[in-house]
Amino acid sequence: MYLRADSSKCTGCRLCQLACALYRFQENNPKKSCLAIVPDFPDPGVFEVRTCTQCGDCVEVCPVECILQNEKGAYYIDRDECIGCLDCVDACPEDVIFTHADYEAPFECDLCEECVHFCAYGALYIE
Amino acid sequence: MLSGYGGQVLRVNLTDRTIEKTELDPELAKDYLGGRGFAAKILYSEVEKGADPLGGGNKLIVAAGPLSGLLIPGAGKTTFAAKSPATGGYADSNMGGLLCAEMKYAGYDLIIFEGISSEPAYLFIDDDTAELRDAKPYWGQGCITVETALKKELGEDFQIATVGPGGENLVKFACISHDFGRQAGRAGVGAVMGSKKLKAIAVHGTKDIPVADMEEFRRIGREMYDYCRASDGWEVWYRLGTAGVNVPSNEWGSFPTRNFQSGYFEEIETLTGEVMRETIVITDKACFACPCACGKYSYSKKWDIHVEGPEYETTAFLGANVAVSDIEDVAYANHLCDELGIDTISAGNVIAFAMECFERGIITGEDTRGLGLSFGDSEAVFELIEKIARREGIGDVLAEGVKHAAEVFGGDSADFAMHIKGLEISGYESRNAPAMMLAYMTADVGGHHNRAWAITYDIEVGRDAITEYKAAQVIELQHVRPLMDCLGACRLQWVELGMPLDYYAPAMKAITGLDRSWEDLLHISERVWNLTRAFWAREVEGFGREWDYPPPRWYTEPVPTGPTKGKFVAREDVEKLLDMYYNQRGWDTNGIPSREKLEELGLDFVAT
Repeated sequence: MYLRADSSKCTGCRLCQLACALYRFQENNPKKSCLAIVPDFPDPGVFEVRTCTQCGDCVEVCPVECILQNEKGAYYIDRDECIGCLDCVDACPEDVIFTHADYEAPFECDLCEECVHFCAYGALYIE
Repeated sequence: MLSGYGGQVLRVNLTDRTIEKTELDPELAKDYLGGRGFAAKILYSEVEKGADPLGGGNKLIVAAGPLSGLLIPGAGKTTFAAKSPATGGYADSNMGGLLCAEMKYAGYDLIIFEGISSEPAYLFIDDDTAELRDAKPYWGQGCITVETALKKELGEDFQIATVGPGGENLVKFACISHDFGRQAGRAGVGAVMGSKKLKAIAVHGTKDIPVADMEEFRRIGREMYDYCRASDGWEVWYRLGTAGVNVPSNEWGSFPTRNFQSGYFEEIETLTGEVMRETIVITDKACFACPCACGKYSYSKKWDIHVEGPEYETTAFLGANVAVSDIEDVAYANHLCDELGIDTISAGNVIAFAMECFERGIITGEDTRGLGLSFGDSEAVFELIEKIARREGIGDVLAEGVKHAAEVFGGDSADFAMHIKGLEISGYESRNAPAMMLAYMTADVGGHHNRAWAITYDIEVGRDAITEYKAAQVIELQHVRPLMDCLGACRLQWVELGMPLDYYAPAMKAITGLDRSWEDLLHISERVWNLTRAFWAREVEGFGREWDYPPPRWYTEPVPTGPTKGKFVAREDVEKLLDMYYNQRGWDTNGIPSREKLEELGLDFVAT
C-alpha cells in the first residue's frame, strides 16, 4: 500500500498537511505534517506534492535500527528508541521525513489516509 | 491562552522602530471576534479624529480571525484595514491566501503598524522573533518580484505580503499583494502601507492553535469539508472560479461595460470562464485549506507572462469596462496591476472614466500628452496602468481615483464618475437591480459588492421592485458576509456551494469554548457595522445621507443596450430605498445610528 500524488491536481491549499497534523499530533499545525507541498511560483506556476514512497532508504541508514514497519507496510520511527541523529532525514530521497523543534525524533507518513480523505481535488490517492 | 486564537498582538511603531508584544485582550475577542471586528474597534479607539490617512497617525491593521488556520473550509482570509486615503472613511479589504494562517501559527492574531519609517523596512516574523529589517534593496520593485526574492532569501515556508510601486507612490487604490496573485485591493490599504515605508511583511510560524473541544471541532470540520465536496455546485465552481459568473452577469445586464454605460458586453464570447480555462489557465490555485479553489493561475503565450486570474472583477474592469475582448490582453493588464501593486477594479474603473472623458472631448490629447484614449484600445490600458502606478502625466490625476479626476476634468464628468463615497464601484451594473444598488450605496467601505451581493434577491423577487423586503435582505447580507470577515474565513463556500450557515455557531463553540448562537454572532456583526458607520460620521465632515447616493448615471440615464435596456432607478426610488434601509437599521433619516441603537449594540463609547 502506497500514498501517491498527482501533482497536477494539487491547488496548494495545504489542507492535507493540516489534516495530517491533526490526526497524527492532534494539533492545528501543518509544520507537523508528513507530506510536502513544494510551490514553484511565479514561473512555471505549479505545485509539487511529495509523499513517502516507502523506499526503505531510511531503514538502511538508521544506526539504532529504530525504523520499523506498521501493519500497512509503512515505515515509522520508534520515538522511544530514536537517538535524533537525523541520518534518515538526510538520506530520504523525497525529503519527506520531517522534524519539529517540539520533538527529538523525526516523523514520517504512516499511511493513515487522512490526507486522502480531505483532498478535494483527488491529488492524493492510495495504491 | 485563548482557544481558537494565536493569542498575541504585535504593535509595530515604524517611527521609533519599536515592537511591542502583548496578550490578545479576551474582551476584544469576545466582543469583536477578530478580522474586521478587531480592525473597526482599534481604528475607532486609537486613530485620532481627523488623522491624515497617509500620515503617521493612521494605523494599518492586519488581522486574522478565530477560524483562520483551522480545519474549516476557506479559513484563510486576512483583513487589512486603515482609515482610507481614497475615501477618508473606514476601509478594510480582505485577502485570501496563506498569510493569516501563518500569522496564527506564529502566535499572532493581530499586527498594528503605527508611525512612519524613515527608511524602507519590512517586518520579519519567525515565531517569537519579530524585527524590522532593511527593505531598501526592494524599494521600487514590483510585488511579485519582491515576493519571489524574499522567499528565496528567507525560505519557501515564509508567507509574504508586499506593496509595489503603486503603494510606494501613494496611489489611492494601491493594493497589498500576497501569494503571487492574491490582493487586499480596495480603498487604498496599499497606499497606507506604502506611506509608512513598509515594503513587506514576512511571516513563518511553527506553533499549534489551541481549540477548546478537539473532537467536536474535528467532527464539524470534517462534515463541512464533506459537504463542500459533495455539493452540486462544486464541479463548475472549481472548473471556472469566479470567471464562471461572467456570462450570467452579462445576461443579467450587470457586467460593467464602457465605464458602466451599459451592463451588457456584446463581445462576451471571448471573455468567458470557459474560454479562459481552455486558453490560458494552467493551474488551479486555492487559498488556505479551501476545498473549492476559485484561483485560476494562467500563462499568456501572447505576452509571455504568468498571472493569477483574471477573476470575475478583473475581467469586468480590464475587459468589458474598457471594451477589451482579448482574454490575453486582460491577463496582461492584470499582470501589470499585480506587479505594480494597484487594484484592478479601481484601475479599470478610472481608466474607463478617462476613456469616456476623452471620447466626449472633456479631455484631449493635450491632457494626455498625445496618448489617444479609446474604448477597446489595449495598448492605452497598459500605458495608463504604468502611468498611474508611477504617477506620470495624466496618471498622476487618475492615481487619485475617479472622484478626484472628475473634479479636475470638470464638465459634466461627475455624472459618470462611477464611485460611491469616493471608492470606485466594483463589478455589478445595478440600474435594474435596486437591492444591489442599495448594497453599493450603503457598503461601509464605499462602492464595493462584497458586503452584500444582493443581486440574487433582485432576480428572485422582481428586478424593478422597490420593497422593504429588499432593504431587509441587504441588511441581512451586510451582517452575514462581513461576519465571515470577522471570523477570518471565506464566504464563498456558503454563497457558491450552499454550505449551511448552521455549521458556524457550533464550530465557533467547539473552537473557542464560548457558547454563542448564530444570532449572537450576527449581533456582533451588526455592532461592527454600526461602529464603521460611526467612524465615517466622525471622520468625514458633513457625513450623512448624501454620501450614500449613487453616481447620477445610475438614477438619470436609461441603460442603452442589453437585457436591461431602458432601465434605471429613479431618484425618488433611491430616496425610498434609503428611507427603508435607515428605518430598518434604527438610524435617523440622515443615516446616522441612533443613540438607542448604539447602546443596544454595546457601543456606548461612540460619540454622537
